[in-house]
Amino acid sequence: MSPEGAENKAAVEPGSQFLAPGHSYASVTDKISSIVLVEGTKRGWWIGFAVAFALFMTFNMAVAYLFYKGVGIWGINIPIAWGFAIVNFVWWIGIGHAGTLISAFLLLMRQAWRQSINRFAEAMTLFAVACAGMFPLLHLGRPWLFYWFFPYPDTMGTWPQFRSPLIWDVFAVSTYATISLLFWFVGLIPDLATLRDRAKKRLGQIVYSILAMGWRGSARHWRNYEMASLLLAGLATPLVVSVHTVVSFDFTIAIAPGWHSTIFPPYFVAGAIYSGFAMVLTLAIPLRYFFKLEDFVTIRHLDNMGKIMLATGLIVAYGYMMETFMAFYSGNTYDRYMIVNRMTGPYAPIYWILIACNIAIPLTLLWSRRIRRNVLALFLISLVLQTGMWLERFVIVITSLHRDFTPSAWGMYYPTIWDWATFIGSIGLFFTLFLLFIRYLPMISIFEMRELVHKVAEEKA
Amino acid sequence: MRRHAIYGLMAEFDRPEDLLEAAQRAHDAGYRRMDAFSPFPIEGLADAVGFRSTRVPLICLIGGLIGCLGGFYLQWWPNVIGYPLDIGGKPYNSWPNFIPITFELTILCAGLATVFGMLALNDLPTPYHPVFNAPRFALATRNRFFLCIMAQDPKFDLQKTKEFLATLKAKGVSEIES
Repeated sequence: MSPEGAENKAAVEPGSQFLAPGHSYASVTDKISSIVLVEGTKRGWWIGFAVAFALFMTFNMAVAYLFYKGVGIWGINIPIAWGFAIVNFVWWIGIGHAGTLISAFLLLMRQAWRQSINRFAEAMTLFAVACAGMFPLLHLGRPWLFYWFFPYPDTMGTWPQFRSPLIWDVFAVSTYATISLLFWFVGLIPDLATLRDRAKKRLGQIVYSILAMGWRGSARHWRNYEMASLLLAGLATPLVVSVHTVVSFDFTIAIAPGWHSTIFPPYFVAGAIYSGFAMVLTLAIPLRYFFKLEDFVTIRHLDNMGKIMLATGLIVAYGYMMETFMAFYSGNTYDRYMIVNRMTGPYAPIYWILIACNIAIPLTLLWSRRIRRNVLALFLISLVLQTGMWLERFVIVITSLHRDFTPSAWGMYYPTIWDWATFIGSIGLFFTLFLLFIRYLPMISIFEMRELVHKVAEEKA
Repeated sequence: MRRHAIYGLMAEFDRPEDLLEAAQRAHDAGYRRMDAFSPFPIEGLADAVGFRSTRVPLICLIGGLIGCLGGFYLQWWPNVIGYPLDIGGKPYNSWPNFIPITFELTILCAGLATVFGMLALNDLPTPYHPVFNAPRFALATRNRFFLCIMAQDPKFDLQKTKEFLATLKAKGVSEIES
């Protein structure tokens, strides 16, 4: 008996693939809300936050110096005008895609295993988009004029070039950020109400009350709410595909060899999902360990994510193969040279490390059920894969640019310390936001876990 | 609207099935102004309390249409009317180039309309609501299920309704001050 009344009868015995046995509405509620309300700030959290915040401050320093001095502090120059900034932009936005896919696409497919991972995956999306969105702005040269991107009736009488993929990008990324924020917040409303009702401290009660906006969980609320969630999922699924497609248009619309290719949109989207699921695993595995959430994020969840990574990884491998094949099949001198240069030129080691990280290692290991169910192995694979995906974008951006059509315009790109500081600093920003999120908001959707308990109990009955 | 000292009667249930059954029986007994509260969405509960359709899809559609037409017009007007530029004889209204932004703005407006429409239909934010005066109502976001018959209901009678609620599988019935 808990102090707030007897437990319900709906305790789930013997559990299901996606939920450990013995849970009831009350137990899932108490377990997840107590991480925020009762357990307090742990030492491990402080250490993580200190490291992340220090990196975030590095980012701020790098950006401040960039604003003072200009983009010349980076290693970019003609012919390689797109350096780390664009690599990081594509990498971060790709990571974000898995969160939307888990919460939107798997909702439409009625997959029950999404319910315990969608919240923090959506948070991951939001923070990854926040990191991504900054890089094109920092890369502008005159970032304080970024509002020229937007169509507003200005006194100069000019308009943005609506036929340019770079402007499409502005609309795609800002729509994506807005919809991700809305989706995440809408998902949080019933849980904020739970926290409001559970909070013991005055400040918590006030803040969660304001955020919950008076949610009562009435039948009318739920009907409108569920319909809105379903519609948002239906809107977000094509959106997520469109965003990375538009990102790939940034490359394909240009006539540079290595960029001008019709395979880019599907191959970019698959790569985004590939790296995004890796990031979900990178976050989920420590979270379930440190916060004792093994009951909710089960081995079966990790196994499923491993399978999705395997499937999307194979699409990415097909993309690499087709890119190489088309370069030779086209008979175009520049295309053929681009591929040969990628494999044997000055950046060849990066290309082969990328093939090892993205294709050779994960796509051999993930076939094994034993490895997909081995938490440590999966965690390491996810880190390897993210490195590989970052290198993939490096190869696409830099090796395609550094050999221009005439040898007199050839060049090399060497990142400076400021490139590295901005990149690593953005990882700090991501983890700063993520750690604040897991400290103050429920990292697993509480009401959807209660729904899962109900469903499992009904199936058993 | 008549003001009542009492907002309604609130019955508390242990299980979602009991709440669903109670809501159906209250509806059969002729009560119309009632609401049910649960910690997670229960299939059929909204129908049982007499709330059959939701207008969220319509609002979403209107938002999407505004975004779609507005988004296209946003690009068509500057390129054809406001600031036409002849570049190599290419058409001013090169509509395939306008599709990506039209699509993004359709999604954006439909999404904003859905969320704010949902909040408006649910009367959120609500700074004060009488149901929170019910004892143990905080458990409505944990593991308890509540049915409220409102005093506004024409059939509402404090004594008789209380007796009716007692015939259901309620754990307890309480009066709520408005």
